Amino acid sequence: MLHMIEHVFIEQSLVAAFAVVGAVMWISLAISKRFTAGRVHGSAIAIVMGLALAYGGGLMTAGQKGVADIPVFAGIGLMGGAMLRDFAIVATAFEVDVVEARKAGLLGVLSLGLGTILPFIVGVVVALAFGYTDAVSVTTIGAGAITYIVGPVTGAALGADSAVMAMSIATGVLKAIMVMVGTPFVARWIGLDNPRSAMAFGGLMGTVSGVAGGLAATDPKLVPYGALTATFHTGIGCLVGPSILYLGMRALLG
Amino acid sequence: MTIFGVALLAICTLIGVFIGDLLGVALQVKANVGGVGIAMMLLIAARVWLTRHGGLPHGIKLGVEFWATMYIPIVVAMAAQQNVVAAVRGGPIVLIAAVGAVSLCFAAVALIGHLGRDRTHEAEVEPELERGGKVIAGSFQPGDPEHAFSTAKGA
Repeated sequence: MLHMIEHVFIEQSLVAAFAVVGAVMWISLAISKRFTAGRVHGSAIAIVMGLALAYGGGLMTAGQKGVADIPVFAGIGLMGGAMLRDFAIVATAFEVDVVEARKAGLLGVLSLGLGTILPFIVGVVVALAFGYTDAVSVTTIGAGAITYIVGPVTGAALGADSAVMAMSIATGVLKAIMVMVGTPFVARWIGLDNPRSAMAFGGLMGTVSGVAGGLAATDPKLVPYGALTATFHTGIGCLVGPSILYLGMRALLG
Repeated sequence: MTIFGVALLAICTLIGVFIGDLLGVALQVKANVGGVGIAMMLLIAARVWLTRHGGLPHGIKLGVEFWATMYIPIVVAMAAQQNVVAAVRGGPIVLIAAVGAVSLCFAAVALIGHLGRDRTHEAEVEPELERGGKVIAGSFQPGDPEHAFSTAKGA
């Protein structure tokens, strides 16, 4: 019996994922209404529950894809994978106010620049403080603080040590998780309540998954504006990481 | 037809990602440069063009907005497949670098987020923004005549 249910889940993986995520959303909305009187968004709770499931899945399987590594939940991997995630992000653009987005264009470019250089500097300073002195390792760890894709792309291009690469990826993933969970709590303090600041937020925080989750948990109407800038972030990071930033580090560290 | 909306969304995504890949090759980067952002701009342009040429058919609106309403569940599925274990076990370098980068960037949002705001225009588009927020949140009002789902049902 149990075996047959398992078989259905594996055969109908994407359909099963819809049911599972639907259940998670339903429980989260109920928790939001009953225990927080709606003050904490249901979607914020759902994202935290998703992360908790990912932690559990990671412990169970020792894999890298959270709950999606458990065969019966493999459909979650397809549903939340880059393909459908990007498809849904593009769909949110239908709700964008063109004038507002165009006026914030320059601000978006500025925030993309700052969003690349600021985390890199933080990563570099921390790497130096922990005793890394070679330009390759320092650049790789700094690049990981930009996003978890820029880190390994830079590290691979520079031939970084695999332990340094793992650290660089972990930094990027932790950053994405912190943005997902932390954004609703700081939104009021950083003035994240209008399209302009959402575009600045997207460029500065960068990591598409972090921005996508953080804005969904804060205020869904800001999602397309943040996504518009955030989606350029990883590409720019991969462009400057192994080139300008590495050359700068090599000049500094010799 | 709903499929026209879904197909429009798909075509914009494919073209955007393709241009992003081309940009990546041109810049010699091993990554897609802004493909999704370009796709979003294409979709915005398509919406503007359709609205100017006889309005937005319900089917197209329904097809695109359905996927916008699926955005949050998809993000939850995305959260459920992050490598949380590795992030949590990363050690002090990982923790300090991530906390430092995130706090500094939050502070920078506070500093530059309000540059050049135009509050009158913001107030003008507020209803439209709220409607978009409802679509993305998946919590549309059943009686709302502006909404694709209700209008599609009525048609």
